[in-house]
Amino acid sequence: MNDLMRRLLWLPVQASTLATRIDYLHYFVITVTMISSIATGLLAFILLFKYRERRRAQSTPLVMPSVKFEIVVIGVPLFFFFLWFVQGYKDYIWYTTPPKDAMDVYVMGKKWMWKFAYGGQGPNAIGTLHVPQGRPVRLLMTSRDVIHSFYVPDFRIKQDVLPGRYTETWFEATQPGRYQILCAEYCGTWHSQMWGEVVVMPAAEFDQWLLEQRRGLSERVDTSTDDGASFHGSIVEYGKKIAMAEGCVKCHSLDGQPHIGPTWLDLYLRRETLENGETVLADEGYLTDSMIDPRGKIVKGYKPVMPTYKGRLAAPEAAALVEFIKSLRSPSLENVPSKEAIYEPVKRP
Amino acid sequence: MSQSSDPEAVPVYPAVNYLNADRGVWSWFSTLDHKRIGLMYLITALFFFLVGGIFAMAIRLELLTPGPTIMGANTYNRMFTLHGVVMIFLFMIPAIPGVFGNFLLPLMLGAKDVAFPRLNLLSLYLYWTGALLAVGAMVMGGTDTGWTFYAPYSTSTPTTVFPALLGVFILGFSSILTGLNFIVTIHTLRAPGLGWMRLQLFIWAIYATSIIQVLATPVIGLTVLLVGIERVGGFGLFDPTKGGDPVLFQHMFWFYSHPAVYIMVLPSMGVISDAIAAVARKNVFGYKMIAYSSLGIAFVGFFAWGHHMFVSGQSPFDNGAFAAISMLVGVFTAIKVFNWVGTLYRGAVRVSAPLVYICGFLFFIVFGGMTGIAVATVSLDVHWHDTYFVVAHFHFIMVGAVIMGFLTALHYWFPKMFGRMYHEGWAMVAASFIVLGFMATFIPQFLAGNAGMPRRYYMYPERFEALNVASTAGSSLLAFGFVIIAIYLIYALRHGAIAGDNPWDSGGIEWMTSSPPPKENFHTTPIIVRDPHSYQGHGEEVEHVVI
Repeated sequence: MNDLMRRLLWLPVQASTLATRIDYLHYFVITVTMISSIATGLLAFILLFKYRERRRAQSTPLVMPSVKFEIVVIGVPLFFFFLWFVQGYKDYIWYTTPPKDAMDVYVMGKKWMWKFAYGGQGPNAIGTLHVPQGRPVRLLMTSRDVIHSFYVPDFRIKQDVLPGRYTETWFEATQPGRYQILCAEYCGTWHSQMWGEVVVMPAAEFDQWLLEQRRGLSERVDTSTDDGASFHGSIVEYGKKIAMAEGCVKCHSLDGQPHIGPTWLDLYLRRETLENGETVLADEGYLTDSMIDPRGKIVKGYKPVMPTYKGRLAAPEAAALVEFIKSLRSPSLENVPSKEAIYEPVKRP
Repeated sequence: MSQSSDPEAVPVYPAVNYLNADRGVWSWFSTLDHKRIGLMYLITALFFFLVGGIFAMAIRLELLTPGPTIMGANTYNRMFTLHGVVMIFLFMIPAIPGVFGNFLLPLMLGAKDVAFPRLNLLSLYLYWTGALLAVGAMVMGGTDTGWTFYAPYSTSTPTTVFPALLGVFILGFSSILTGLNFIVTIHTLRAPGLGWMRLQLFIWAIYATSIIQVLATPVIGLTVLLVGIERVGGFGLFDPTKGGDPVLFQHMFWFYSHPAVYIMVLPSMGVISDAIAAVARKNVFGYKMIAYSSLGIAFVGFFAWGHHMFVSGQSPFDNGAFAAISMLVGVFTAIKVFNWVGTLYRGAVRVSAPLVYICGFLFFIVFGGMTGIAVATVSLDVHWHDTYFVVAHFHFIMVGAVIMGFLTALHYWFPKMFGRMYHEGWAMVAASFIVLGFMATFIPQFLAGNAGMPRRYYMYPERFEALNVASTAGSSLLAFGFVIIAIYLIYALRHGAIAGDNPWDSGGIEWMTSSPPPKENFHTTPIIVRDPHSYQGHGEEVEHVVI
């Protein structure tokens, strides 16, 4: 029944404790709404058919409501509305009270990406939030620029993220998997692309992941992914993995489409025009520089929105990224826009 | 004082009426006649409805595919800003009060004009000035804030915002002056015998609307001015980097903009109350309940604004209080719906174009109203907030209720305004397109919201594609309906059949003079001896029924 209603209403999966808690109220409210509106329309239709005009300028009786009728028409809707209010408010209070043992993650929204920082010794992440299954996670959120809104439909949570103050929300994920984060408060040009991902891992795997993340960047070998497959591929494959994990591809497309940042397709050895009119050859040096000091040489037409990866990428990782970019050559000289969506959900190869 | 013209009589078109009493373009632009002012409001409002509609179609076309379709991201953001500002400030708010309020209020009161005819003309000029400024500035400057102008985005975007805000500010004055004028007119210019409990329900609705206009509009004026001051002067009012508070803006904005929903929807409810009585030839069931619930909505509407801010970081206590108050608005609306449906009971219903719109209205107001209650249920709003569910909900109210009301009014009072009748068959065809097209457009949007698609999205994940395609398909049906209406109404202006003074055999006071009315409305001041909403035969024993 739950699953049927959920599918009929196009609701996403119920991947948090909140989702399973509030969806029943949703079904109840929407069912009553549909019944009432259809009944009203139907009743009007029956009445207008039954009492249609028989002759022109026909006179009609004076019909008045009795006090009893008035009490019923006020009382019945009021009863339903307050029933929903009471249940909804109870759930809401539950939702706004994070459990005391919740793990804290700091979230920063900025145009147009999400950054995450775990308490203690880190790690930090852009775009991807790793969390354990079955443990409450509290998000302490703020914004660098304008108002954003942190929204995970599969968890049924949403909270505005404000500049100049902290807001909080929490959730407890119930199933391992990947769940999209969307920005729900309009924040400018690429509001619709301010996406991220929550990766829910089994608790033990998460602890392992956190430990490995904290072991330090130099030792970081990508055995950390939830699919458990450790990395054995070429340096290009390694670069690709890093590009996915660090969220590079959220802003840099791989298919020639301009996006928040310049596309990586055919980027290597391309001559780019900068903001100040100078040109620069996109060689290994420029690409590496741009990861460490992204605001130094901004390609004309793009905004200086890329965060620095200084201290976040070890030297071999930066090199692997450059090798990955070098591998991206279009087969023909023409850059035909791809038919696929610019954004590809972060899939591991 | 017969309430219906003799069915056998050949309808006549009055040779001299308000349309031809004075000649020349200047006689229109300098007129103090409320009917001509109403007509100029009608032309302007319809023009902006067309403009806003074109923006809407552009938005729907863009959303046909998940990626870029016909425009870039910045153009899209400007497009929905233009659509929102034009539809709300330039069409919806002035539409029914400006057009039908102006045209009908003095007629329904048995008066020669509104209390302050010059002020009325000034309102029209302010509307034109504000509209030109707002649209001009947005098109030239590329305003991309959305109609909500949320700070600090609106105080920091590189696009032009201030002139558009100034336009909204000026439009506010037009709204305030119209409201003031109507309140004074209703208090002072009622014909002999027309007590408050005999007023037509359209008047009650306009009265409640005017109160909101006068009390709430200054707040939006102030708010947009503050945004302008912050942008131009660099004062930190809303921008936290300058020491301001962004949530303060939302409180001030919604303190106006929530009551503004009732500025738009109450007149429409008034239209339905009046038209349903005439179409069903029945006294309005529960007249007093409808009249008082208008005032109730106007009052409670002032204390519900916080339900737009459930996820803004507002305290849970405040959220609970605003949610509880919002439920009351729902009850007042429910009362009206029961009474409208009750009005059909034991009536003599004439099937006509206004009736189709009334039926559509009844379905949409219940569904739109109750989904409003659903989003006011705090826990459910967390998921729905800022998604297409909310977009669909308010379009059910704004299009489903307000535009159905506007179209009911347009079809019901068209013969009053122009003395001619449109083609009934085409009107029914168009009405069916509109009702069905509307459902096909917005029901998929409810589902898209359920699925989690946020609003103001230029691109969207592919899982929302099917619903967006359905919605765009529906919107083309809707647009087609409007094209049919435009054609037969323009045709009817010259070639329509002569309607006669009272084609609906309505009891309304506005039908007691010729159609179109003479310049001075009534040749002799009418004396109201009977309830304008009553359709009991005279001289016969009046049958009283209480249910």
